[in-house]
Amino acid sequence: MIRITGGRVYDPANGINGEVRDLCMDGGSFVESVEGGRTIDATGMIVFPGGVDVHTHVAGGAINFARAMTPEDHRRTQAFIRTKTRRSGLGGMAPTTFATGYLYAGMGWTTVNEAAVPVLSARHTHEELADIPIVDKTTLTLMANNEIMLDQLENGEYERAKQVVAWYIWAAKSYGIKAVNPGGVAAWKWGKDAKQLTSPIEGYSKLTPGTIVTQLAQICEDLGLPHPIHLHCNNLGAPGNISTTIDTLKHLEGRRAHIAHCQYHAYGGDDWDTMCSETAQLADYFNAHPGITTDAGAVLFGDTVTITADGPWQHLLYKLTGRKWGNLDVENETSCGIVPYTYRPSNLVNAVQWASGLELLLLIQDPWQVFLSTDHPNGGCFWRYPEIIKLLMCADFRQECLKQLPDKIKGKIRLAEIDREYTLYEIATSMSAGPARALGMPKKGNLGIGSDADVVIYEEDEDVERMFGHPRYVLKGGEVVIEDGEIRETPEGREFLIKPACDPGIDDFMRPLFEECYTMSFENYPVELERIEHAEFADCLGSTRS
Amino acid sequence: MPVSFHLKRQPEVPLEAEVLSPDRICQLSNEEIRSLTVYHGKRQLPLGEFFDVEGERSNELEIHGNLAKVRWIGRAMSQGSVTVHGGVGMHLGAYMSGGQIEIHGDASDWIGAEMKNGLIRVHGNAGGQIGAAYRGARAGMKNGTIIVDGSAGLEVGMRMRRGTIVLGGPARDFTGLQMLGGTIVLLAGAEIRTGAWMKRGTIISLKPLTMMPTFTPATDYSPTFVNLYSKHLSLFGVQLPYAAADGRYRRYAGDSSVPGKGEILVWQPNV
Repeated sequence: MIRITGGRVYDPANGINGEVRDLCMDGGSFVESVEGGRTIDATGMIVFPGGVDVHTHVAGGAINFARAMTPEDHRRTQAFIRTKTRRSGLGGMAPTTFATGYLYAGMGWTTVNEAAVPVLSARHTHEELADIPIVDKTTLTLMANNEIMLDQLENGEYERAKQVVAWYIWAAKSYGIKAVNPGGVAAWKWGKDAKQLTSPIEGYSKLTPGTIVTQLAQICEDLGLPHPIHLHCNNLGAPGNISTTIDTLKHLEGRRAHIAHCQYHAYGGDDWDTMCSETAQLADYFNAHPGITTDAGAVLFGDTVTITADGPWQHLLYKLTGRKWGNLDVENETSCGIVPYTYRPSNLVNAVQWASGLELLLLIQDPWQVFLSTDHPNGGCFWRYPEIIKLLMCADFRQECLKQLPDKIKGKIRLAEIDREYTLYEIATSMSAGPARALGMPKKGNLGIGSDADVVIYEEDEDVERMFGHPRYVLKGGEVVIEDGEIRETPEGREFLIKPACDPGIDDFMRPLFEECYTMSFENYPVELERIEHAEFADCLGSTRS
Repeated sequence: MPVSFHLKRQPEVPLEAEVLSPDRICQLSNEEIRSLTVYHGKRQLPLGEFFDVEGERSNELEIHGNLAKVRWIGRAMSQGSVTVHGGVGMHLGAYMSGGQIEIHGDASDWIGAEMKNGLIRVHGNAGGQIGAAYRGARAGMKNGTIIVDGSAGLEVGMRMRRGTIVLGGPARDFTGLQMLGGTIVLLAGAEIRTGAWMKRGTIISLKPLTMMPTFTPATDYSPTFVNLYSKHLSLFGVQLPYAAADGRYRRYAGDSSVPGKGEILVWQPNV
């Protein structure tokens, strides 16, 4: 039992904007009142719901490959030495599992969504997630290039496709669907890509990326997934891709969706020299369509490692940089590429990317629609989020940073003209309440009675970056996990799953296809429920769990 | 007055002693030096457990004893000197940016790895990965000079970007692997795969080499710069032949599998 008294509370889920309130928690949830227990005096401090990362890559084959590929980073990075309360590990560009939990919790984030899991590496991913302490977790299954599913759409078998998707979600023990470069990864296996929403995909006669987007979004709605389709659009990172992005949004035809890392999809121009920000156009679309959400995928200057299921893009990036390239074969489900990368302010393309991420966060008016993210580790590491918060809250600081960009940037970005500054209430929305709502997690990002008691308490500081980087207290499930910069407790987090309704006959449909296509046996493929530590079921919308 | 160290207890497992660097020692009293932390395996112990220390507050270090298990001597040093009478362990002078190190004995692997500047002189034999890039890093030594009187191991100068390595004895395989620049001088030749994946840089060998098929003979000539190198290296007692009357260098270009613009010069004496 804990009572937090005297703090200024920012709880956008309940419309509370900086009022001084007391919070009481017992048994992991907020309650009306408690008798006895510890009292935390938060007088003069700022109380937020624990952060929720709607899009990050913290576990599984890809990030693990990235760890293995970057030993040079391990030598220079922050080392966690084993103590009584915590295990050893490394921070850096691709932190190790335990360190990931410590670093997220250390800055007040208590829920993370691992946004790209092929079913083939789902078992590995869950094992790693079990080793990420403190934070609660969800995973999304990669689906938009799964050949068995695509074959159903090609043949117009929508209902069958829906069953296949439901089967895969349960096989992967995941929380929803991620679509990466729909059709493009499948086409890459023929040496092609898919950049036009309406052109048939290589290897198919009539299936187009547009069809995949529309039908997969509908499948997510029909299955009642708490989180709508999580979409990484075609043509990521390419100059002039704004038209593809807008076209993709139109293909959603009013369905709910979450657009991942939209910064990478908001460029104008024809080539790398003329590439510019087209964020205003994208932001206008979001402002006119409140049913879709997005996360920024903001870029911060410095070293990082890019990892994505978008194999064709990673191959291009490797060709551009001449640095290391890792590629994982994920059979007929998806692909996966890893390329270490350094974003430099002196590089015009990188400068446009840096500005675009911030522009989207500032130009999309409603913080319930655009969330803080770097697409960790692609645009920058998650532990650098406080830097972005400072850039959002301090227009003067932004202007300072703009000065380090090359002169040629003039006319390519709009950041200099934007004087909006986020309020604390808006930050709380964008880093916690908004992503929690988009993920369909009503008990997260919420300080109301009955919600999960995940709280972060900051000591007010003029330096916003320092304030958000070093919370005074972090509570997870009603337990003090961080206090005065020290890790006090490292409880194990939960994993949220869904079990969409699925025709029991689908097993018999999948088995022969499976035995034809896959290198592993059907029986060994689905992740057993017993493998998930601290599994917690979420309900599908409009249905009760069977 | 240099600070002198005498090894009094032989470590059973490798001793990580990056504190044996002029930058760390030069401001400290004798007592403070003895209480510096070294890692004996995973255990932290004071330096005084392993060494008798005489003198204080100097950027000249003299170390005596068989230090084959003592690693990271002179790590990241930027000034002063380290003289060792005896053998040393791995990572000698790694990341160093200035000053000089002289070893009267044998050295091990990774000497001068990723060094930025300074001089390392080994009078005995050395191990592999001299001046190399650590695993995963893009570039090895950026500048400075490493001179080994004796033989060397594998991957000498791997991914080095600039600077000079001179080997008096033979080197083993993959000398100049993925070299990005700089110069390696082989007074006694090397085993196989010399210059594999080299992008730029120069390897000079006074003895015949087994060339890889991805190196193309270009010409026999007497490049002027060898003359300059010879004068510079004569400071360290190293002589490079360059007079046309004595012979010529055969220039091989490669490695064309990368493709690279490196060169290997092999001395062809007149007979």
